[in-house]
Amino acid sequence: MRHLIDIMDFSAAEIDELIATATDIVAHPEKYREKCRYKKLATLFFEPSTRTRLSFEAAMMELGGQVLGFSEASSSSAAKGESVADTAAIVSGYADIIAMRHPKEGAPLVAASKSDVPIINAGDGGHFHPTQTLTDLFTIHLEKGSFENLTVGLCGDLKFGRTVHSLIAALSRYTGIRFVLISPEELKVPSYVKNTYIKEKGIPYKQTTSLDEAMPELDVLYMTRVQRERFFNEEDYLRLRDSYILTPEKMEKAKKDMIVLHPLPRVNEISTEVDKDPRAAYFRQAKNGKFIRMALILKLLEVD
Amino acid sequence: MRVDAIKNGIVLDHIEAGRALEIYHLLSLDKVSCPVAILTNVSSEKMGKKDIIKIDGALSLPLEILGVISPSITIVLVEDGKVREKRHVSLPKEVTDFLRCKNPRCITSTEQGIHHRFHLTGEKNAVYRCVYCDAQWS
Repeated sequence: MRHLIDIMDFSAAEIDELIATATDIVAHPEKYREKCRYKKLATLFFEPSTRTRLSFEAAMMELGGQVLGFSEASSSSAAKGESVADTAAIVSGYADIIAMRHPKEGAPLVAASKSDVPIINAGDGGHFHPTQTLTDLFTIHLEKGSFENLTVGLCGDLKFGRTVHSLIAALSRYTGIRFVLISPEELKVPSYVKNTYIKEKGIPYKQTTSLDEAMPELDVLYMTRVQRERFFNEEDYLRLRDSYILTPEKMEKAKKDMIVLHPLPRVNEISTEVDKDPRAAYFRQAKNGKFIRMALILKLLEVD
Repeated sequence: MRVDAIKNGIVLDHIEAGRALEIYHLLSLDKVSCPVAILTNVSSEKMGKKDIIKIDGALSLPLEILGVISPSITIVLVEDGKVREKRHVSLPKEVTDFLRCKNPRCITSTEQGIHHRFHLTGEKNAVYRCVYCDAQWS
């Protein structure tokens, strides 16, 4: 039995296999409509979520399975003080697979230690969010055809952004990848992430504070939100925030086939005027999340 | 103070200056009944300054774990006033229920009945990270 806690739990070959399955699901959805008949997915969401929970539930429904669960801690026994370990042990008796989101970092790992069924980490605080990374990888693969020889720009909060760290780790396993890290000084990628996944692997990279300067060389631009609460003074925040708003003017500097991704929700870091640009792939990315989660459920349930 | 000044016990030498008290508490030496001496900022040719802890009693302590705190530590076992063994600490691959994660967002801060586990992620700088939340222990 396998769990998915960290994206690095899966090898690059296993991720390629998931992407191949998800691609086939998009092309031939009818083949998969009964694959999980009589199977149940429990969605245990101890904090709110829109995309992740609904895409998990839609994924299971499209596989012919059923869903049960809760969408906030107050409607579960956690409100009475039940431990994560006990909740997992009990729910694993009711469902065949569990997707869990929890505000505490490491909660899904604790659940996995007590569960008799596969646990999927659907986000644990500011730590991991592996199915978002699978969604990002699937979208890049669909849009660009492969991961080889891509220059990937990551922009915004690269210090605290969990999706950024996981994406760097996952992409670092492919050949020809190059990173452009675009952030204010205060929100640079942590040195352990840079050392482990970029420097020690000899991956070419560039660090810059200028999105304008980086735009022409990018094949993929991964936008994240610069968060006000990370700054000690308001003046710095306002100065930096405005330099990372993606606008049609900035898009003019980009390659014709560049794509823009964002884990969403966005606040103001991508102007809504960019939405109609065909290179804006973030809504397609959100939709892709359902297909890659279908592939993941099939893999963890060992359904052919 | 000389190493052989104790009769039967343990000397923890070459502790990084300023960390002796931390080790004293981690080994729960405040709860033992035998004499314990803490020397801080002792001159050292190798380290410039170092701390030393001398425990005058044959205790069973989880000494190998000390590499987590300060990889430079030398453990000296003294028997009948003589040095019986002198060894360097090693870096354990995993440490269970010795360190506690300081990250308030970590599940170990609220969940009861789980082991506090850290694993070695950087041998060169003795970097240990919480198995649950990946926070670096410091």
